[in-house]
Amino acid sequence: MAEPLLDVRGVTLQYRTKEKLVTATYRVSFQVLRSDRFVMLGPSGCGKSTLLKSIGGYLEPVEGEIRLGGEIIRKPGPDRVMVFQEFDQLLPWKTVKQNVMFALTSSRRLSGKAAEERAMQYIEKVNLAPFANSLPHTLSGGMKQRVAIARGMAMEPAILLMDEPFAALDALTRSKMQEELLQLWGGTRFTVVFVTHSIHEAVRVGNRILLLSPHPGQVKAELNSNGRDEPAGGGPTLSQRIHELLFGAKIEHQEVHHD
Amino acid sequence: MTERAVPVSRPEFIAQLKKDFGVVEKPLSAWEKVYGRPSVRKTALLALLAIIWELYARKVDNPLLFPTFSATVKALWDGIASGVIPSRTVYSLKILLQGYVAGLILAGLLTALATATRVGTDLLETLSSMLNPLPAIALLPLAVLWFGLGNGSIVFVLIHAVLWAVALNTHSGFRSVSQTLRMVGRNYGLSGPRLVSLILIPAAFPSILTGLKIGWAFAWRTLIAAELVFGVSQGSGGLGWYIFENKNLLETANVFGGLFTVILIGLAVENLIFRNIEQRTVHRWGMQT
Repeated sequence: MAEPLLDVRGVTLQYRTKEKLVTATYRVSFQVLRSDRFVMLGPSGCGKSTLLKSIGGYLEPVEGEIRLGGEIIRKPGPDRVMVFQEFDQLLPWKTVKQNVMFALTSSRRLSGKAAEERAMQYIEKVNLAPFANSLPHTLSGGMKQRVAIARGMAMEPAILLMDEPFAALDALTRSKMQEELLQLWGGTRFTVVFVTHSIHEAVRVGNRILLLSPHPGQVKAELNSNGRDEPAGGGPTLSQRIHELLFGAKIEHQEVHHD
Repeated sequence: MTERAVPVSRPEFIAQLKKDFGVVEKPLSAWEKVYGRPSVRKTALLALLAIIWELYARKVDNPLLFPTFSATVKALWDGIASGVIPSRTVYSLKILLQGYVAGLILAGLLTALATATRVGTDLLETLSSMLNPLPAIALLPLAVLWFGLGNGSIVFVLIHAVLWAVALNTHSGFRSVSQTLRMVGRNYGLSGPRLVSLILIPAAFPSILTGLKIGWAFAWRTLIAAELVFGVSQGSGGLGWYIFENKNLLETANVFGGLFTVILIGLAVENLIFRNIEQRTVHRWGMQT
């Protein structure tokens, strides 16, 4: 096995609310290899988003450690770019181009002309070149997410962290965005960790799927996906297997939800 | 699977869209366009009020108590032409600016403290909830005791008028900046003062602007009121003093002229300066709430 890019070992995460201390994940371990499309899948309450924030460096594990390229992660940094679900992740006072450039300049990656060129290069990749000078509030939800993805990719980070990036989109747009993400991946084969609660999305987007059980999140299984969800030799399809693992009971073929 | 009852079957059809319908869009008539503009309607209303004023004042015929509209306009014009009103206005605005800027600086410091530490937050919240309801003009007697009869006292009450409104709005603006935006900022390596200036201030700008507007309105009212109480210290005074002086001289038309000037300057700042800033920032960014 190749050297893992991201190494999560025995990570327990806790966070405090006003009333109680919540254990979000308990001793979770997994490895992400270079060029993986690694999906963390689980029902709400399984700590997948908290885990992603911890990889992002926003939350320190109370137990275990997270290493990126051998280095322990201690704080947020531009080598791990987050793409969030919320549309307000774009700065509303900056145009599409300025939003992408802002990431490059404030992290001191590039400046001036070089930042502008890099920004335009990635805006073209997500097909938003005609909107480079538009302000975010004039764009649709899907376009905003594409800007956020362009901004993340323009940083050319070691790893791209996506926290349910398409969850707030309508079904048609979501499906299109999944397709586009796969195309973008085909271009540069970047490493991405993708959080979702949709089995269908996990099977479609990921090449490796980590299943987490809820309260607190623990690793249930790690599965491979070829994105096609075909039954292997008359057996259950991948999404049926996942459904079974997550929810226990056997299910009828017709009841698999495709959202 | 249960067998569902099939309703009566109906034939499918595909319709041909008609092309010969009537009006889809039609420009409005000139009158509709003119009447549709609020500014036109409001100007007409003002003109109507001015006519009523003029007629009523002529009927009363007592220039000492109630001068006519035309006399007021003439008094205002004479005041401007003679340079008295402009010089008084400049005098007032100078003091106002001193108090406003000093208030803003203090508000900035207080908000910085409140953003950085929890004690600072408590301090700001306690002080502002206590002092915000206190009309600034109520502090004038105290200010006179401390700073004497002069501009120092006025600047002091102006600072009080501006400080709490701006600090409170800025602070609540910072607090309402979404967690996502903060995380985005930190993701790209921003922290401390850079996070504040590149993320928090622009993201909280709608609230900050509201604070600036309220602060300005408080300060302008407070200034005129304070000048009415005393304005003459070095033989010159501001607009409030102009009003008071002319009342003593029973130049009632000039009193009206002074009041008009106060209104006009208030409107100008509100509509020219703040409206412009609003259009260029929060409106353009789609952040108006």
